Amino acid sequence: MSNYDESNSELLTIELNLLFEGIYQRYGYDFRNYSKAHIRRRVLSRLALSNLTTVTELLDKVLREPEFFKVFLDDLSINVTEMFRDPQFYQSFRENIVPKLKTYTFIKIWHAGCSTGEEVYSLAILLHEEGLLDRCQIYATDFNRKVLEIAKEGVYQKAEMEQFENNYIKSGGQHKLSDYYKSMYGSVILRKDLSKRIVFADHNLVTDSVFAEVNLIMCRNVLIYFEKQLQNKVLNLFHESLIPSGILCLGTKESIKFTSVDSKFEIVDPKQKIFKKKII
Amino acid sequence: MYQAIVIGTSFGGLEALKTILPALKEDFPLPIIICLHIGEHNNEVFIRHLSEICKLPVKEAEGNEPILPGVVYFAPPNYHLQVEADLSFSLSTDKKLNFSRPSIDILFETAAWAYKDKVVGIILTGANSDGAHGLKTIKEFGGKTIIQNPCHAASPVMPRFALKIAKPEVRLHLEEIANYLNKLTT
Ligand SMILES: C[S@@+](CC[C@H](N)C(=O)[O-])C[C@H]1O[C@@H](n2cnc3c(N)ncnc32)[C@H](O)[C@@H]1O
Repeated sequence: MSNYDESNSELLTIELNLLFEGIYQRYGYDFRNYSKAHIRRRVLSRLALSNLTTVTELLDKVLREPEFFKVFLDDLSINVTEMFRDPQFYQSFRENIVPKLKTYTFIKIWHAGCSTGEEVYSLAILLHEEGLLDRCQIYATDFNRKVLEIAKEGVYQKAEMEQFENNYIKSGGQHKLSDYYKSMYGSVILRKDLSKRIVFADHNLVTDSVFAEVNLIMCRNVLIYFEKQLQNKVLNLFHESLIPSGILCLGTKESIKFTSVDSKFEIVDPKQKIFKKKII
Repeated sequence: MYQAIVIGTSFGGLEALKTILPALKEDFPLPIIICLHIGEHNNEVFIRHLSEICKLPVKEAEGNEPILPGVVYFAPPNYHLQVEADLSFSLSTDKKLNFSRPSIDILFETAAWAYKDKVVGIILTGANSDGAHGLKTIKEFGGKTIIQNPCHAASPVMPRFALKIAKPEVRLHLEEIANYLNKLTT
């Protein structure tokens, strides 16, 4: 049982606010407007693991020990991802977006919140199969340097490949996923030509500004962790970064409905959450 | 007076819910938030079916959606469903807990934090241990805890774990649950 129960949960709310204010001032990472339920679960589990009794003790340690902050930052991160997660999304992308991309001579893509890279390599495979990859420049960004390093390597666990292969087939893949990697012991290494058009970079959606002017933005399963105001802010950043008629792809449970950019996008696929920036 | 009902169930859960939900009264005053393990399948078909046979509106919970009284909400498949302190929902793709996503423990625990002693937690039939610790948290925060009588459940594993770990206040037969909730909220 944790040290926080019904009697002091008001106190916990205050301490959590102070913790994230402290982290913002000390390290520049801004979690102040992230949804709190998940964060609270992670904080409580960190207290138990590190033998701390209160969040105020945790704040003290986080402020004074940058190494400990890194550990805590890992606790807060959700980096779970897959190749060709939500296969219907990729199907829709092939049907609805690829024909439009084919009309461009050069295509700039911003893939925000790329985590360990599985999703951006999936996109690269799709673009390759459609004969578009050589015309693309893909910027894959995340605010977590550790996952960016893994993404750059493009090395994944063999054990996961069966599921990824299933996803790939359901997504309308034209070959076999195994055509795109080499197996080595328990790992697989993705083909190097898949990454030649990808640049991985550190970018924080909350505290950094417009990254580049692009034709397409893909940001899936990142906004679900943000409170409404912060979602609005980031969606406006995306709107600013897109050229007119540029495409925005969100996660299947994310939406622009009831946000401040609602009227600034047309809907391309309501289920797969694909939108197009209006011209005016 | 209570402010919300949370229900967790897996194997046999849909059948059990078909017994409970249509029997709830038309002016049922609380939100009913359900975590049903259904693998990666789509919710759409059974949500449509339940809407047809229930007096209350039934829908999938959305991120940042305010939680309204008299509405039945389901966790979306493959996402964890959480209750925020301002009584809205949030979703997460965090790793599975107890081999489950959505996880009942996560729903129940965050519901206990948000509603304190004003929540009713119910564990129905199911073939794994998810939900037992969540139900315990609800009890620790002073909420009401109920399990379906394991002897008559399609699968007794889940209510039995809940019984052992949370020591719930009330044990009911499936057929008694709707009536109990109708009375509890009058
Ligand atoms: C659940 S993963 C989603 C991965 C992938 N897009 C997918 O859908 O499979 C969320 C990612 O968003 C990143 N993230 C969270 N907050 C961020 C921020 N403020 N700026 C940039 N990336 C952020 C996390 O580091 C994590 O890698």
